[in-house]
Amino acid sequence: MIKVENLTKRYAGTTAIRDLSFEVGQGEIMGFLGPNGAGKSTTMRILAGFMPPTSGRASVAGFDVFSQSLQARAHLGYMPENVPLYNDMRVTEYLNYRAALKGVPHRRVKERVGDVQELCGLKDVEKRLIATLSKGYRQRVGLADALVAEPDLLILDEPTIGLDPNQIRQVRELIKNLGKQHTILLSTHILPEVEMTCSRVIIVHKGRIEACDTPENLLGQIRQAGGVVVEAKTGSDNGVEELKKISGVRDVSSDVAGDWKTFSLRVESGVDVREEIYRLATARHWTLRELSQRRATLEDVFVEITHTEVSA
Amino acid sequence: MRKFFTLLGREVRSYFYSPIAYIVLVFFLLVCGVNFYFQITYMNQRPMAYTVEEAFFNNVFFWFAFVLIFPLITMRVFAEEFKLGTIEPLLTAPVRDWQVVLSKFFGALIFYLVLWAPTALYFLFFERVTHQTAAGSWGAYWGSYLLLLLLGSFYISIGCFASVLTKNQIIAAIISFAVITMLFFLGLIQFIMLDVSSSMRDVLGYFSAIEHMGTLSRGIIDTRPIVFYTSMTIVMLVLTHQAFQTRKWRL
Ligand SMILES: Nc1ncnc2c1ncn2[C@@H]1O[C@H](COP(=O)(O)OP(=O)(O)O)[C@@H](O)[C@H]1O
Ligand SMILES: [Mg+2]
Repeated sequence: MIKVENLTKRYAGTTAIRDLSFEVGQGEIMGFLGPNGAGKSTTMRILAGFMPPTSGRASVAGFDVFSQSLQARAHLGYMPENVPLYNDMRVTEYLNYRAALKGVPHRRVKERVGDVQELCGLKDVEKRLIATLSKGYRQRVGLADALVAEPDLLILDEPTIGLDPNQIRQVRELIKNLGKQHTILLSTHILPEVEMTCSRVIIVHKGRIEACDTPENLLGQIRQAGGVVVEAKTGSDNGVEELKKISGVRDVSSDVAGDWKTFSLRVESGVDVREEIYRLATARHWTLRELSQRRATLEDVFVEITHTEVSA
Repeated sequence: MRKFFTLLGREVRSYFYSPIAYIVLVFFLLVCGVNFYFQITYMNQRPMAYTVEEAFFNNVFFWFAFVLIFPLITMRVFAEEFKLGTIEPLLTAPVRDWQVVLSKFFGALIFYLVLWAPTALYFLFFERVTHQTAAGSWGAYWGSYLLLLLLGSFYISIGCFASVLTKNQIIAAIISFAVITMLFFLGLIQFIMLDVSSSMRDVLGYFSAIEHMGTLSRGIIDTRPIVFYTSMTIVMLVLTHQAFQTRKWRL
């Protein structure tokens, strides 16, 4: 559905993406994951035919996004980051306009717009001015717009950014359902999102692909090198020093809340250090209130790969 | 073609959704109304060698309002889309760049013609009320309104070009105002500086909106301004299209 070969985009001064190559097959939900500034939006804008790449090629549904831009655009529904909309139009009016612009046959516009409004939960606000909509509803209008012409492929740039947790859950549910009929490429910098919705993940960092696999496989790679969480009252001990001495512990960070300290330990693959920690705690007379092995998440994969702070 | 009309429809409607459009409308009708009233009052007091219609289109009120409206009409056409980012959904829909450019141009032109429509009523009422003719001939009406259309097209295309250069509407307005005023005064040089050469005077004459209005509002249809303004409009639209293509994603 999407084929990207050696795609590079340079802006004046910065190289946003370097030599990107990947493919997205029919029916996949592909997650495009990376911190801010990784080049996700740039890639998506090129795929959506908004701007040409500096070098390399990309095609959508078999059409080159640059030389056959019009056909390529006709096959995809794109939702830009932050969903820019005409504030002076009403919801239904806007979707009617977009449907006509995307070549939905005249007699089908009403039906299609009705359908996507239903699907995206816009029925209550269909007569409202877009300027008066909340962020969540704007996001839904953007999604309805992407869907209105029944495209084979959906490209969604940060579809859940700026939403409250409830809305995020609804949008995720919606995307999952859409994935049954559409191929989807969605970008995000929020990790649980891909874990929950995507069938495959591409991790980009500083314009390069760092990993591309299913979420399960990525987790598999890192499972052994998981972590341990310890919450304890250590009295006069610092805690970090003592824990670091245990063999197999790579790294310890601590968080203090009153008397209680929470330690996060990163440990070497295949080592279970919990028994050692228990012994240490009894020997030093610590009061232990939590001692648990943490299931590795994509976040660990991500941190491992990018070595940067990740905000969730 | 349907996509073009869809775009055009949205352009025209967006004028009537915006408060600026109504401010322009009121301002323009006010100036035109005052202008018409003054001309008639003035002409009532002494015998004149020209008609009401000629007087209406050839005076400082008219030109003042005329030059001022273009930046106001055109400043938003592209700049606003750049600013809001709506250019992105617009251009990722399967539409061609020239369809977008032409829809912006014709949208502005239609709004501009709507501004002028009520002035035709002035002459109608004048003739009904006074039982006198307002113009020398029907050709005089045709001539004046034809020039309004031609000159309007040209100045609107300049405004569209200015708007494509920036995402700041105020800057777009200033650029087009400066360029239009300059062109307007270019045509005046020949009246002010009497020692310009005759060939220079011919060239400057092409830009002289005042001179063109002088002839056309008397019903004398000269093809030179028609050809000149039409070709200049096309040139400006081509430039706008070019600038749009290189600028659209350099937000
Ligand atoms: N229009 C632009 N002009 C110049 N630099 C840009 C432009 N858009 C993005 N960039 C730069 O390109 C890099 C990638 O940006 P972007 O693709 O928006 O990342 P992401 O969507 O992953 O946060 C960033 O360093 C950003 O500053
Ligand atoms: Mg982005």
